Amino acid sequence: MMGEPWFLGLVAGVVALLSVFSVLGRVLARRTRTPEQREVALNLNARVRSWWLMIALFAAAVILGPIVTLLLFGLLSLMALREFLTLTPTRLGDHRALFWCFFVFLPLQYVLIGIAWYGLFAILIPVYAFLILPSLAAVAGDTRDFLARCAKVQWALMLAVYALSHAPALLMLELPGYALPPAMLLLYLMVVVQISDVFQYVFGKLFGRTRLAPSVSPSKTVEGLVGGGLTAIAVGTGLCVITPFSALQAAGMSTVIVVLGFLGGFTLSAIKRDLGVKDWGRAIEGHGGVLDRLDSVSFAAPVFFHFTRYWFAA
Amino acid sequence: MTEHDTKPDTKPVTKVVCWLLLGLVRLLVGAHARWLGCAPEPVQRLYFANHTSHLDALVIMAALPPPLRRVTHPVAALDYWGRSRLHRFLAADCLGAVLVDRSLRPAGDPLRPLAHILADGRSLLIFPEGTRGSGEIGPFRAGLFHLARRFPTVELVPVYLENLQRVLPKGSPLIVPLICTLRFGAPLALEPDESKPAFLARARAALAGLTTAAEAGEDRAR
Repeated sequence: MMGEPWFLGLVAGVVALLSVFSVLGRVLARRTRTPEQREVALNLNARVRSWWLMIALFAAAVILGPIVTLLLFGLLSLMALREFLTLTPTRLGDHRALFWCFFVFLPLQYVLIGIAWYGLFAILIPVYAFLILPSLAAVAGDTRDFLARCAKVQWALMLAVYALSHAPALLMLELPGYALPPAMLLLYLMVVVQISDVFQYVFGKLFGRTRLAPSVSPSKTVEGLVGGGLTAIAVGTGLCVITPFSALQAAGMSTVIVVLGFLGGFTLSAIKRDLGVKDWGRAIEGHGGVLDRLDSVSFAAPVFFHFTRYWFAA
Repeated sequence: MTEHDTKPDTKPVTKVVCWLLLGLVRLLVGAHARWLGCAPEPVQRLYFANHTSHLDALVIMAALPPPLRRVTHPVAALDYWGRSRLHRFLAADCLGAVLVDRSLRPAGDPLRPLAHILADGRSLLIFPEGTRGSGEIGPFRAGLFHLARRFPTVELVPVYLENLQRVLPKGSPLIVPLICTLRFGAPLALEPDESKPAFLARARAALAGLTTAAEAGEDRAR
């Protein structure tokens, strides 16, 4: 696969695109006058840097195989989970439940993808974890804020582990008539989500007038959503060549990804508001920021996975 | 009690174990240092921190830059860290810890090994609460006051450990890898005729002033 012309073309295209972004970012950073402009340039450059990293990791994963992809996503889940839980107040009575989240449910979820046991993968967290975790907390005997604490722990696991694990789970789909490796579907998901994220930001900064919901996220605008969303759908439709979808189906799929990605970023903004933090990276200096980049993926991945599985899998 | 040789062991095996141990701690809990009130400079200091878990000393040592770590000795309880050869190896040899007897009536002056370190020009890390708390900072024991009086030139630096009681709470053997942040506050000094209770209360307040809540209040005021 690596030697085939279309793959080399894809790699060359992505590298060229990112190089253009990097150069643009440099130029932009040098031309800034006001602090606000500098903030925008810094934000864009941070995004482009994490793109390079993601593409490098992804290339490594494709070349080294699905085990490496699973390990990488497992690690991302771990970082996202600890970011979420570090900023979420829990009590001593939750300690055992937290331990199970990190050392039982997280690894098990990824092992289940590795052995392609779809049945248990789909219910491990929503059935078993969601019954066991509150039980552990109840056995600990502390009933103060019990319901709220259970909800926090479950949401952490749901977002950081369950939802995110659906991205690498695309690798276990068997799609009849699809000649390319399923890793291309993962690439497709990531590219559409990220294009949507970045262009929503760019369009929002350039043309943003109408704020969508200032109480949740002051930077999200209708203009940004429409501009970024349409750009991502256009790119997603063009990329139908690396998917099992027709152009029309790819347009539908990327619309689903864009909408869910937007809702992910939006919902995580509401959670951040509730916890009183601006972004995960700044709140946990030196170690944070994974959730800032993966919030949209975590919402888009499960739905994209199930749509693909329902309509295209064997 | 006996004098311990408090110079860190320089055997290669010890160095490797120490390096692995500190690396593991950083991997698990981050141990990110924020120098709010002072800079990581190689001046002689008496760091005093809130005590919330068995990992405290390790985490602070992992957060100190190597030149500072080499001259800083954590103080650890003899009854816990001296109970087996492995514990003693990890505490005394790897971290250069001073083991102190915290029983009610220790034979001799319990502060002597600490004074020995400070007299030698090196830095100390102590936990003035004396025992692990559950998040709230408990009352300080008198040791900090006595050391401050005997060594007036040593900078007294409060270090607040955030989240460690959630990582490894008292009474549980399970480690949960949450991210731990350390806040280093501004150095304080003993006033000329400050009483013991007044000084200890002021030191405790300086440490309590480094909590997230205090910082959030500051942000609002800005």
